Amino acid sequence: MKYVDEFRDAEKARVLVHEIETLASSIEFAKERPIAIMEVCGGHTHSIFRYGLEGMLPKSIELVHGPGCPVCVLPMGRVDDCVAIAERPEVIFTTFGDAMRVPGSKKSLLQAKADGADVRMVYSPMDALALAKKNPDREVVFFAIGFETTVPSTALTVLQAKADGIKNFSVFCNHITIVPTIKAILDSPDLQLDGFLGPGHVSMVIGTAPYEFVSNYYKRPMVVAGFEPLDILQSIWMVLKQIREGRAEIENQYARIVPDGGNSPALSAVAEVYELREFFEWRGLGSIDHSGLRVREAFREFDAEVKFTMPNIKIADPKSCQCGEVLKGVIKPWQCKVFGTACTPETPLGALMVSSEGACAAYYQYGGVKTYEAAS
Amino acid sequence: MNIVPLPRRRNLGQIHVAKVTLAHGGGGKAMKDLIDDVFVSAFDNTHLAPLEDQARLDLAKLAAYGDRLAFTTDSFVVDPLFFPGGDIGKLAVCGTVNDLAVGGATPLYLSCAAIIEEGVELALLRRIASSMAETARAAGVHFVTGDTKVVQKGACDRVFLTTTGIGVIRPGRLLGADRARPGDIVLVNGVLGDHGAAILGARGDMALESPIESDCAPLAGLIEALLAAAPGTRAIRDATRGGIATVLNEFAQASNVAIEIEEAVTPIRTEVKGFCEILGLDPLYLANEGKIVAVVPAGEADAAISALRGHRYGESAVAIGEVRAGIPGRVTMKTVFGGTRIVDMLVGEQLPRIC
Repeated sequence: MKYVDEFRDAEKARVLVHEIETLASSIEFAKERPIAIMEVCGGHTHSIFRYGLEGMLPKSIELVHGPGCPVCVLPMGRVDDCVAIAERPEVIFTTFGDAMRVPGSKKSLLQAKADGADVRMVYSPMDALALAKKNPDREVVFFAIGFETTVPSTALTVLQAKADGIKNFSVFCNHITIVPTIKAILDSPDLQLDGFLGPGHVSMVIGTAPYEFVSNYYKRPMVVAGFEPLDILQSIWMVLKQIREGRAEIENQYARIVPDGGNSPALSAVAEVYELREFFEWRGLGSIDHSGLRVREAFREFDAEVKFTMPNIKIADPKSCQCGEVLKGVIKPWQCKVFGTACTPETPLGALMVSSEGACAAYYQYGGVKTYEAAS
Repeated sequence: MNIVPLPRRRNLGQIHVAKVTLAHGGGGKAMKDLIDDVFVSAFDNTHLAPLEDQARLDLAKLAAYGDRLAFTTDSFVVDPLFFPGGDIGKLAVCGTVNDLAVGGATPLYLSCAAIIEEGVELALLRRIASSMAETARAAGVHFVTGDTKVVQKGACDRVFLTTTGIGVIRPGRLLGADRARPGDIVLVNGVLGDHGAAILGARGDMALESPIESDCAPLAGLIEALLAAAPGTRAIRDATRGGIATVLNEFAQASNVAIEIEEAVTPIRTEVKGFCEILGLDPLYLANEGKIVAVVPAGEADAAISALRGHRYGESAVAIGEVRAGIPGRVTMKTVFGGTRIVDMLVGEQLPRIC
């Protein structure tokens, strides 16, 4: 397949892995402890497992799977709100596929659908808007979820709904932003990270400038990375090179997609429709200031939180769940007390077992064959 | 209604309205006309006779085919009813024929039960029945009994079909998911994931134009050729829902062995790969309706592959991996990139990823 196979070339991978080994062995502190690199984005986690990258890397490199899976970090209380909206008889509740299975305190959207709620899977928020036009006597609600990657598409949909004068369409906004989250991770006292792979698709929207605090203030290197396996290996190599040379910079490996300045039409649509919340609750990480978006007052007619009353109850993560420590790289997924026992993909307790992009689910399902076996 | 294979002719009823109503499920003349018009006239006429409540099968004739009966049933609720490469009727025949054939049986007789939503066009039912009849002819099986029910609007989605099949297994043939041994070779009879991708594409809610056709096909002939060339074959399953990943896991678990396949040689069409890339799906879990996974002893692998390749439904047959001692129940894949990953069973349905 053109533009895909080139980035999955096994021969080039071998050469790169060799370069990575050489570079890693020249980093002094790696003799004492592994070099910990966090991939922030769930898409990277998915690729790492899908191509078995962990098993190809030298033992001195440890990949820490970050919080960038929007489905995983959604708190239970918000899922309960979704279910409450979806169960109203006048509502058609529309959602991306992988949000269907996220457990709420009582049920997931998939279970609500089985109980009779009209929940429909869509592939784009524009499909939800089309559904609203087709069903003028129903209220169509779109479950807006995701980082900056998906925010522009829901913003544009709201703008379109306004332009078309649609009255029966709204979004239940659970959009989150990546920058405060990376900051929260960097601020945690038990932090053990030496560098970051920056999220490729988020950066396609926001550019690379918003990450400058990572290098300037926290003195950690970050490389914005693509999602093909060679992209990831090359980005790891670039992070190592920075560490080796004592640099901490924001570099862009994914320049074929990510413009340094981001996508300004997308950003202005986002700014027009959304504003930052004071704080937003994350599963596994707790409340993070200015990490969530809400619909602006000017578009309140499209805001499901204004249109519908919902329980809005904060539900604490189960006590036994150690997602926060896994997210910060303090422990590995299989070191969690409930991994694979009380917490499995069928009955997830914690965020990271929910979607295939979550680190625990990825270990459980795809398995970092070598690592996981050696440890268990 | 049941059709007994006796050579006695009778006049078939006909329907002159365009759509099915609840009257067609009432048990009276309207129902008899529906059954005659749609099903009896499409299925093998020479065998038709007064509708008894059961088909009567001659034991001596069955015994000529082998020493064990194979018996299976499957329901079909596909949306859309017609899709590139097939339709619910063709699917209902192939699905049951293949479930018999993968056990080493010669498929012989089928039943058909149809649940029909009121308001469905007669023309649509006739198309489905004629597709069933055509596929049954190609597969060498006969419909010998059946049933129809008409339900209120909304109680089902247009047409649901259930087919049940009987076949006979030849003496000495012993296939089983628990028979795979380390060193055995894992084969497939062609490109994977076509059916799943065709159905998703045909639903149209993805706004993706795709030229992918379902691989829906009756495989009894292909499997017969395989077993003739490789009589030591350990296990065969058709890789329907859950794709080859699910079948491989079933083999590995039942046989207490590990299985490793190689991504580089696992045949998947470029179009299907592209389709999966866009939607974040894994082709190993996509449904097939004309593909088998077979485990054969290493010594018979070459003969098995050439036998499969000699058949129209096996032209791109290939070995994709082997059975190993390893960790019992574990299926792994050597990726094109040189890494190794676990290929597990899916928990539920495969859902497209957000980003």
